[in-house]
Amino acid sequence: MYLSQTGGPSAALAVPPLVLFEGVTKRFPAAGGAGEVAALDGITLRVPKGQVTAIIGRSGAGKSTLIRLANGLEKPTSGRVVVDGIDVAGLSESELRGIRREVGMVFQHFNLLASRTVFDNIALPLEIAGADKTWIGLKVSELLDLVGLADKRNRYPAELSGGQKQRVGIARALATGPKLLLSDEATSALDPETTRSVLTLLKQINRDLGLTILLITHEMDVVKQIADDVAVIDGGRIVEHGSAFDILATPRHATTRALLAGQPGHRLPDAFAQRLWAGPVEGGRAVLRVVCAAGSGSGLLTDLIAPLGGAAEIIAGTIETVGSRSFAAFVVTLPPYQAEQIAASTPLPAGLLSAEVLGYVA
Amino acid sequence: MSPEVFWLILKATGQTLHMVGVAALVGSLIGVPLGVFLATSGRGELFAAPVSNRLLGLVVNATRSTPFIILVVAIIPFTRLIAGTSIGTSAAIVPLTVATVPFVARLVEAAVREVDPGLVEAARAMGATPLQIVRKVLIAEALPGLTLALTLTLVSLIGYSAMVGAVGGGGLGDLGIRYGYQRFMPDVMLAVVAVLIVLVQLVQSAGDRLARHFDKRGRRS
Repeated sequence: MYLSQTGGPSAALAVPPLVLFEGVTKRFPAAGGAGEVAALDGITLRVPKGQVTAIIGRSGAGKSTLIRLANGLEKPTSGRVVVDGIDVAGLSESELRGIRREVGMVFQHFNLLASRTVFDNIALPLEIAGADKTWIGLKVSELLDLVGLADKRNRYPAELSGGQKQRVGIARALATGPKLLLSDEATSALDPETTRSVLTLLKQINRDLGLTILLITHEMDVVKQIADDVAVIDGGRIVEHGSAFDILATPRHATTRALLAGQPGHRLPDAFAQRLWAGPVEGGRAVLRVVCAAGSGSGLLTDLIAPLGGAAEIIAGTIETVGSRSFAAFVVTLPPYQAEQIAASTPLPAGLLSAEVLGYVA
Repeated sequence: MSPEVFWLILKATGQTLHMVGVAALVGSLIGVPLGVFLATSGRGELFAAPVSNRLLGLVVNATRSTPFIILVVAIIPFTRLIAGTSIGTSAAIVPLTVATVPFVARLVEAAVREVDPGLVEAARAMGATPLQIVRKVLIAEALPGLTLALTLTLVSLIGYSAMVGAVGGGGLGDLGIRYGYQRFMPDVMLAVVAVLIVLVQLVQSAGDRLARHFDKRGRRS
């Protein structure tokens, strides 16, 4: 596993973890009955209190299983899952019920009861916990205001849009005042605009209520918008863990890079990518990808690309903001010796976070 | 139609309603919980008990594969134990109920299995007990399907009740056989069939309407 160098997982080690996965493995019986399949293979991960931690991976990487360990919907084959000081892996079903009331969960397909109105859906966890009617009325009204659906209280889920349904799902997850919110691909069934508004709501809840959020996703855009901390999972293992800034600016593991491939600043123009060679081309140029810290007082383009010298030709570039920090990523072509020199120098020239030769063009 | 025939039909209609009503009520009281159990006791489910599930499934299948008229005769000792007699309308209710239980159980099982497993997972994540999940999620969400299942049960029972004339159960079917067929009175036969059609039609449309009322899945206009 790669741990990012600049400050570790967003200085998370200083914050006590709300959830701690320790050497967790999970095996399922293989389809067909012969042998077992490892869904999780030795996961160790800290989820710091009060932060948004994202677990990103392709489908089948094990992220659904991982998030379900945190509220005991799945039991690990071995290892510990400590939630707020209690190892939930060792609890019985009835002991888990108490824990689950302190852990909210939102789902990709919302999982609202079609037979209940918006109000009654949000009231369900309170009914289950045995709250009295007056309290339920007050609490649900407050939650409806929080998610901006006060006018929809007597509607049925079938009458709502996807984004509204997920807002109901979020309100329902918050009803019992949890310390931890688990989000299982909460925005994967939504269009990009609705995704943004739902993520904004989650970020607002994280900030205003100090709620710890653990989310799983396969979309880098989700990570970019709300995560403080990111763990990349592949084949049941955490392959890279760091602050969202580090993961997005300077990914190191191949899986992380593959997940980032569609992002601006990572993607080469198609026509250009087709002309790329692995080795030097006679009389050609090297293609270099550089990432520089931006927004640190010096926003001048000339300052950003100063370390590259005057011969760089810019092919693609972007400036991204993650949390409160920004970085600029450029793909440039340079004479090969110059590109190789920059990429190989340790430490990198001042202002550069990473430099990598992607290939060569004629 | 003579007044005597009119009174005969009225009396037979009363007997049919009596038999069908009691059998449906008692059959559902036993069949609905069994159906819920069948739907939730498979391997890895809410009340996982795969062996009981398998055994119950076998009993249900055995009862359902026995032709009703044979069931009526075969369980006569049991009928006598429950009703104190083996002939008459009250006695006929026993085999009707026995046939209703597995019928309802399978239909209820199917309706409950239609409920999205994601909803059960969501309720578990809220800390719901298995009984809360059954009451607040499974039954509530399956209500439109359960209503249609009970409607189908009533309609089938009206059909079955025509066969209990064999043990002196009376009712519309019995009247049709004895007067309409054996005494060759086509007007009685016609009247019996007409009353049965009206009954089934009423039950079906009431059931449909109720199911629509419970169904909040579609967009309401």
